[in-house]
Amino acid sequence: MNMGSLVALAAWFASACFGLAMCLATWRLIRGPAAQDRVLGLDTLYVNAMAMLLAYGLRVGSGAWFEIALLIALFGFVGSVALAKFLLRGEVIEP
Amino acid sequence: MTLALIVLLPFLGSLCAAFLPANARNAEAWLAGVCALACTVLTLGLYPQIADDGVVRFVLPWLGQAGLAFSLRMDGFAWLFTLLVSLMGTLVVIYARYYLSPEDPVPRFFSFLLAFTGSMLGIVLSGNLVQLAIFWELTSFSSFMLIAYWYHRVDARHGARMALTVTAAGGFCLLAGVIMLGTMAGSFELDQVLAAAEAVQSHPWYPVMLVLVLLGALTKSAQFPFQFWLPHAMAAPTPVSAYLHSATMVKAGVFLLARLWPVLAGTDLWFAVVCGAGLASLLIGAAAALFQRDMKGVLAYSTVSHLGLITLLLGMNSRLALVAAVFHMMNHATFKATLFMAAGIVDHEAGTRDLRRLSGLAHAMPITATVAVVAAAAMAGVPLLNGFLSKEMFFAETIFAGDGLLLRVGLPAIATMAGAFSVAYSLRLIHQVFYGPLAQDLPRVPHEPTRWMLLPSMLLVAACLLVGIFPARTIGPVLALAVQSILGAETPPYSLVVWHGFTVPFLMSAIAFAGGIGLYLLRWFYGQRATGGAPLRAPFDGRRVFDIVIVVLHRVAERMVRFASSRRLQLQLLMMISMAFAVGAIPIATHGLARGAAGLTPVDPVYALVWIVGCVCAVGAAVQAKFHRLAALIMLGGAGLFTSLTFAWFSAPDLALTQVAVEVVTLVLLLLGLRWLPRRLDLDDPDRRTRRARLRRARDLALAVIVGAGLAALSFAVLTHAPVEGLAQFFVEHALPKGGGRNVVNVILVDFRGFDTLGEITVVSIVALTVYALLRRFRPAPESIDVPRAQRASIAESGIRAFNPGELLPGGDLRIPAVLVRLLLPMAGLVAVYLLLRGHDAPGGGFVGGLVMATAFITQYMVSGAQWVEWRMRVHPQYWVALGLTAAGGAGLLAWAAGRPFLASLGADVTLPLVGPVHLASVLLFDVGVYLVVIGATSLMLVSLAHQSFRSARESFARDGAGG
Repeated sequence: MNMGSLVALAAWFASACFGLAMCLATWRLIRGPAAQDRVLGLDTLYVNAMAMLLAYGLRVGSGAWFEIALLIALFGFVGSVALAKFLLRGEVIEP
Repeated sequence: MTLALIVLLPFLGSLCAAFLPANARNAEAWLAGVCALACTVLTLGLYPQIADDGVVRFVLPWLGQAGLAFSLRMDGFAWLFTLLVSLMGTLVVIYARYYLSPEDPVPRFFSFLLAFTGSMLGIVLSGNLVQLAIFWELTSFSSFMLIAYWYHRVDARHGARMALTVTAAGGFCLLAGVIMLGTMAGSFELDQVLAAAEAVQSHPWYPVMLVLVLLGALTKSAQFPFQFWLPHAMAAPTPVSAYLHSATMVKAGVFLLARLWPVLAGTDLWFAVVCGAGLASLLIGAAAALFQRDMKGVLAYSTVSHLGLITLLLGMNSRLALVAAVFHMMNHATFKATLFMAAGIVDHEAGTRDLRRLSGLAHAMPITATVAVVAAAAMAGVPLLNGFLSKEMFFAETIFAGDGLLLRVGLPAIATMAGAFSVAYSLRLIHQVFYGPLAQDLPRVPHEPTRWMLLPSMLLVAACLLVGIFPARTIGPVLALAVQSILGAETPPYSLVVWHGFTVPFLMSAIAFAGGIGLYLLRWFYGQRATGGAPLRAPFDGRRVFDIVIVVLHRVAERMVRFASSRRLQLQLLMMISMAFAVGAIPIATHGLARGAAGLTPVDPVYALVWIVGCVCAVGAAVQAKFHRLAALIMLGGAGLFTSLTFAWFSAPDLALTQVAVEVVTLVLLLLGLRWLPRRLDLDDPDRRTRRARLRRARDLALAVIVGAGLAALSFAVLTHAPVEGLAQFFVEHALPKGGGRNVVNVILVDFRGFDTLGEITVVSIVALTVYALLRRFRPAPESIDVPRAQRASIAESGIRAFNPGELLPGGDLRIPAVLVRLLLPMAGLVAVYLLLRGHDAPGGGFVGGLVMATAFITQYMVSGAQWVEWRMRVHPQYWVALGLTAAGGAGLLAWAAGRPFLASLGADVTLPLVGPVHLASVLLFDVGVYLVVIGATSLMLVSLAHQSFRSARESFARDGAGG
């Protein structure tokens, strides 16, 4: 077994794990019970989606997915901040 | 070139006038007056050229493919009208300066007056029929704005709407008519059309075309059966009535009839329609004028009558009648404008125009009275005044107009009768207003107006007298030139002398005078209790018909709306979706939905898992949407993320980037809005558990599933077919060689389809500004004004609501996020610029870059509060939007500078210090424009929504302060 196929296999395994993690996060997202659980679920989804894209990039050997992962990281953070702020203070932008 | 200047100057003046301050009465009047005077002088300067060459032309290439050029053409007839419009414009401006009161907003008045002057000159000088129709509509529009000048008055609004409806509908018919005419003649150029009389008149569609053109002309000139709008247009300020509704605009209809006379006239249909409309207007107008109470009403109906006279002359298919028509157009303009100005002076100085209240004003204002008497005498056709000459010509023509006893006797008889009416209402107007004892109970004490207000009417009266006494030496050569330009070599001999001897026309005049005086004396005895309406008027009451038509139209529209829609959202959605389903299902039912030949891609288990999870999120969002808004919003975020992953998976990185960005910006927007939504009231709705409600929900669910499955089947069928060769291939092949970029999506957006993108960012800017404007007036529901529950505890503890802008970092939970987010700003800026710059060759572009930057700004607002951010950094989103539109538009204009079409891409490879070789293209500037617009529009919308808390904060502080 050479290195290339080992990396491909590892990347595939990693994607499968991320997919499983996304399933679990979605479970939290759907079930709740508290709104905070759902927000955490969404944040976890974003993190796993980013990781999955990077693993996919490894599998096909291309860097084209890197920017998308970068933006998912950036916007996932912003979305979580907005939701957290809403839960914490009742409005996203205070006066 | 001079021609272009004559048309352009008033429009330029109109633009300048619109931007002067509201009280700059003198500056406005000077500007308008100088513009009109300059046009007059330029026109006068062209006289030698017209007299020598006959025609002056100016042609600018425009839409060559459609056979259209911007073409101006001035011959003798057009010269005469140009002089009339510009000279009358000058006089009316002088008059209006003193007529308008200081409270009236002058910029609007003069701006539209100048715009009208320009459009009217455009009609007169157009050498192209389609272009003429465009200017025609412009005059209708400016007339609308001027009639509605005092829009706080009901009659002004109503009159303006009526005038616009009638004349614009006529203009539409005219456009259809001239397109048919141009097709028949083989060209839209007036020269060719005028030379194609035989081809046009022998065409099978000639009657349809003629009726359409006549509809345009007759509505504009307020001819029967469209005469009703003109009296209602008298709600306009008197200068407007004098200028538009007696001297120029209403003349456009008869101008067009005379202009197209060589090509359209000569047939029986022309004779029947034009003569019929003219005759009816002549008689109805004259009769109705007798019974008016309002001075301007008398003048309006008299205008209808005199325009009817001109129309009648034009319809007679006789060259001599055409001469008389052109002559009377000029004469009517001079004396009727004078009378309107006099009526305006009376209104201005005495405070009323009611004929029953006015009396004996000659004692108080002798000069005005003299002027009005002379003008009214010209209107009645008293010898030694210009009205007499054209009326004699008219009488002479009626004798020879037709064959058969009915026409030989009837036409002169009706003409004489109309003449008698004309004498009677002129007499009434003068006698009631200016003679008898001076009225005592007038709203104001009447006195002579300033000299400058009198000057225009005095000049016009002088013209009436001069033309009336020395016709051959004053109007003679000009009239000859005008008539020759219409009739060419076939101009008939005519004589312009005051005294023709005791002829039949003179006898008719004498009868008309005797009859008119008799009529007036009769009326004198019973007219004291006249109520203002003419007897026998009901069958001709166009206004009633107009109102009925409008009401019926409204009802029909309402019924259609009610038939096709519902006020209940659920029902409306049901109808829309069922309809969409039916539209999609019919072709599938007839042709079947075949799966294409393309093979399926192998299923990737990981991707399949991701996709199922995404579907669960989407369904969850739909289920929770009504009961738990925040949860639905979060699940929507999940579904959006999976959509973005799908795009990435199928190698559409641009779409994936945009989807992620849009998803989060939407989330923030909805969260901002959510704060203002009142809490859901959990009523125990008994309706929810009935069988009917369950059935309804089952039906909706079934429909949703069927339509969704249908859409999925449709996209599956489309995707399994081989892609059609066409645009996609073209874009892929030409993106690099022609667009200079490797990212096809971006090249399409900024280059191939750049014009679309320019339109889209303009729309985005408009939407953002509209949201901003609407939110300034936003009033939240009373229960949402309070500070959110989550903050009350901390406010009660610290006693302050907003985060103090003077502090560096917020305390408590937000301290760490604040640090992170501030560090994020430069990083996000870097990413944004990176995405923007590389967009042409790799995934990215101005749109995504702009969203990243805007999100970074909004995040600052989120962690630190609006006051803290704005204390340190004003984002000024409006400036970004303006700058962006300028950059995008400028990038397009840059191509013009290089002699290429608008938005063509220009590029150059340069080597910059530190950066290295760079491909600089104008499309990059365009993309920068997109970037700036997106930043500006996004932050404008979000920030103005966020600013609502400011106001509610102030309100609740004020209330707490008052309470405690």
